[in-house]
Amino acid sequence: MVWQTVLRILLFLICAPFAGGLLDGLDRKASARMQGRQGPPVLQPFYDVWKLFHKQTIVVNRLQDFLVGGYFAFSVFTGCLFFAGGDLLLSFFALTLAEVFLFMAACSANSPYSSMGAQRELIQIMSYEPMLLLAAIGLYMVSGSFFVDDMVGRGASAIALLPGVFFGVVFVFVIKFRKSPFDISSSHHAHQEMVKGLTTELSGSELGLVELAGWYEDVLLLGFLALFVLNRGVWSIPAAVLTCLACYFLIVLVDNVFPRVRWDKMLGWAWAVTLIFGGANVLILALVR
Amino acid sequence: MSKSPWVLHYDGSSCNGCDIEVLASMTPVYDLERFGVVNTGDPKHADIFLITGGINAQNAPVVKQLYSQMPDPKVVVAVGICACDGGVFKECYNILGGVDKVIPVDLYVPGCAVKPESIIDGLRKAAVLLDEKEKRMKAGAPARKEG
Repeated sequence: MVWQTVLRILLFLICAPFAGGLLDGLDRKASARMQGRQGPPVLQPFYDVWKLFHKQTIVVNRLQDFLVGGYFAFSVFTGCLFFAGGDLLLSFFALTLAEVFLFMAACSANSPYSSMGAQRELIQIMSYEPMLLLAAIGLYMVSGSFFVDDMVGRGASAIALLPGVFFGVVFVFVIKFRKSPFDISSSHHAHQEMVKGLTTELSGSELGLVELAGWYEDVLLLGFLALFVLNRGVWSIPAAVLTCLACYFLIVLVDNVFPRVRWDKMLGWAWAVTLIFGGANVLILALVR
Repeated sequence: MSKSPWVLHYDGSSCNGCDIEVLASMTPVYDLERFGVVNTGDPKHADIFLITGGINAQNAPVVKQLYSQMPDPKVVVAVGICACDGGVFKECYNILGGVDKVIPVDLYVPGCAVKPESIIDGLRKAAVLLDEKEKRMKAGAPARKEG
């Protein structure tokens, strides 16, 4: 069984950047078409990252190097843990730790845009963490374990018992994917908010690392969505893939339709959805059992 | 490198005519993004420095600082006749001249205001220049890290 786990980790390590980059490219192409433009080629994100690694890297201080490296390392570690079938809660905490590394990298630059972006990143984390933890609790109640392997090994899809939680998770994923209306700390692509917010002081290979880590994280997030659909049956695999793509497309659509909101609206809406959809779902589950 | 030219658009003292045309080039009618061009507002992320408007005493140090903040390889494009040599305001007491008075300019795109087609043409040539600079950079000194 060990070699199976190793194989899954290796698959994730190698395939996730390509999958994440492709998703990014599809996102930009779809957004362009929605706006009536031709849009960049689907492989554009790969050209972007290639270019970034061939640029001169200007660092503000040596600490920034280490912190960005920490963010990358923990993003990858979280994904490996998740796809190896490990503990879901541990994955979430590792992901939060990765975000803290990014936050500290932004703070270490001592620039006003960077610092404000970092503060907004903290507010973002505060907005989505409750929903993610509630989702982990919901999945535990449904499958009896915090381990991803047990969650996908069930007879029926978890979404049948957790529709509210699923909706809540898709809602807060708009924050995680850095899309409008909740892209207040460092928007995806060229939409400027305080110059570039979090990533203002990063350049060259450091920025390339942040992009790559973002791709690993995107694959992890979609994997988490798939967790709600996967079960022991073999037909759940295409169903999960379709669900992930549909949700991703929905998030891209929302990105193109809604303008950015203020931090207090983001916090308020995210917590309202968490309480109403996530909380009610978990409460009903607890009462019914 | 030429497949992903990220642009920093800076208005020196422009009347905004050229700026509006630059922004128009990003709209669906002309769509610069299909060439991979992204209008990033951050010099540390940009490859191409797109300047409109002439240089005066107030913006000269700003332009120099923005240029120094950009990582190599980088290309400077002077868009509009005011950025090329001061344009209609060349004889004014406050205008020092075009952008090449403070930083080395690689490409001049004249016009008043510049047509989006010319801007696109200029940015395509600038992207090719980026490739050449990157080759020279690899052959010459290794990338330096500034504090």
